[in-house]
Amino acid sequence: MKIAVCVKQIPDPATPYRLDPETHFVVRPDDQVLDDTDRYGIEVGLQLAEATGGTVVLVSMSPAGNLQGIRQALAMGADKAVVISDPTLRGSGALVTARVLAAAIKREEVDLVVAGTESTDGYAGVVPQQLAELLGMPALTFARKVEHLDGRLRIERQTAAGYDVVEAALPAVVSVTAGAVEPRYPTFKGIMQAKQKTVDQPTAAELGVDSVGAEGSGQKINEVRPAPERAAGRKVVDEGEAHLEIVKLLEQAKVV
Amino acid sequence: MKIWVFAEDAAGSPASIALEMLTKARSLGGDVAAFFVGPGSDSIWSALGSHGATTVHHLDPGTALPSAAAAAALADLIGAGDLVLFGLAPTDRDVAGRLSARLGVPVLSNAVDIVVGDSVAAVNEILGGTTLVETAFTGSGPHLVVVRPKSFVAESGEGGTPEVIPVPMPDLGHAGSAVIVERHEEPAQGPKLSEASVIVSGGRGLGSAEKFGMIEELAGLLGAATGATRAIVDSGWVPYAMQVGQTGKIVKPNVYIACGISGAMQHLVGMKDSTTIIAINKDEEAPIFGVADLGIVGDVHKVLPKLIEALKAK
Repeated sequence: MKIAVCVKQIPDPATPYRLDPETHFVVRPDDQVLDDTDRYGIEVGLQLAEATGGTVVLVSMSPAGNLQGIRQALAMGADKAVVISDPTLRGSGALVTARVLAAAIKREEVDLVVAGTESTDGYAGVVPQQLAELLGMPALTFARKVEHLDGRLRIERQTAAGYDVVEAALPAVVSVTAGAVEPRYPTFKGIMQAKQKTVDQPTAAELGVDSVGAEGSGQKINEVRPAPERAAGRKVVDEGEAHLEIVKLLEQAKVV
Repeated sequence: MKIWVFAEDAAGSPASIALEMLTKARSLGGDVAAFFVGPGSDSIWSALGSHGATTVHHLDPGTALPSAAAAAALADLIGAGDLVLFGLAPTDRDVAGRLSARLGVPVLSNAVDIVVGDSVAAVNEILGGTTLVETAFTGSGPHLVVVRPKSFVAESGEGGTPEVIPVPMPDLGHAGSAVIVERHEEPAQGPKLSEASVIVSGGRGLGSAEKFGMIEELAGLLGAATGATRAIVDSGWVPYAMQVGQTGKIVKPNVYIACGISGAMQHLVGMKDSTTIIAINKDEEAPIFGVADLGIVGDVHKVLPKLIEALKAK
């Protein structure tokens, strides 16, 4: 089975994010990291590829910087990557992202597309579904468990009340939640091999996708403003009696 | 401009986010319609009607995963300048995404407010809720917005019984072929997280899954619901249904007690609008203290047992 896994390089979440004061886009440093939640999708892809004697191609849209995060993903064991790293893509919305990814995926002729449910930096959370529509596939979304049964995919789909078991025939798109599987750590060998793996880097135009970036996304940032601040609270260092402060506040709030 | 609200069935009622969005839609004026997915009933029509829907388009998907069919049916119903609201919930997101791709129009996600003037704009929170961004649609529409739960308060108005129009299931071939073969409910103990007036939540600082028992005990004493961070849900300590945050439940209780929670952005956006926030964490620099009304810098393993004893003694 040939599997595409969508991944994203994001600014390290451990560092504070900044917005460009003019464009209001997130400032993206050259060194970005693999979005941690993508490791679950990569693991699902690798397990299915191993079980079926298949291959995994990573597909990523990355408008800035180097390929550090993609190499992290390749080090887990994916076979190759397609990275659309094109300055014209800066400011693209979710649908443009999906169009670019779909065009790259079509060229790969895959049986299955795996993605996370949302990215950690932008979290629009609709790209897997847009991809499915553009590719004419069913979307098995919010999977907390993924099984492949003889050309069909069966997942446990998280719902507000619990979960549903959902099935569809391949080709399909599946979006996986964090925690769906235990992602493997890259081995030393994997890290060394990742440096040699093929990374195709077509432009959006080469994939036949035009009207990209902020202009092509049909949306425009009007204003960025600080949210109303919460009044500063009180901090108490526990020296054995701090729990009484909580009791007092619970009494004031008429909880006890 | 006509406003459409996507409404999914939730155990025989409209999902609460749908009633919140209908209330907002009503306040924006104009014609409001609901697009309901599920078996449907008179009490559902009446709830949708009283919250502002004058018509309800009803799609009963049976055992099909409704996403693709609902998107295709909506695409045929809505007009160019219309505004379509979805909730930040799994099926809502599925339909919004598919509809956006089908029509070639953008979808603005995570909205906490909607502004209708010369153009239609959605406001969302970024950087852990410290910054608001207002983004306008530049095209002619239809405009699709995904709304975060609890952004608006659901209030019924004077609307009566709506006109209910059945929507046939479109045949979409392979794209619409996903089926639901089993449904499972995972009932939570005590009050529901989204409705509780007091919530006690635990995070990684508890140290191990067994220590979540302290959270349950405290919650029991306060008649509270229990919540959790994504970190401990991902680690398998507690089920996803307990997760509070961006990818879990958005909550606004009267009192929120965060125990051993550092306050990752992902968690803060789900609880920072609680009326009173109490946090216990041993790291004085933890971001959770930035939103806490009362921050206890201390070890949850010492503070919680004493708090539980003190409350039991009352």
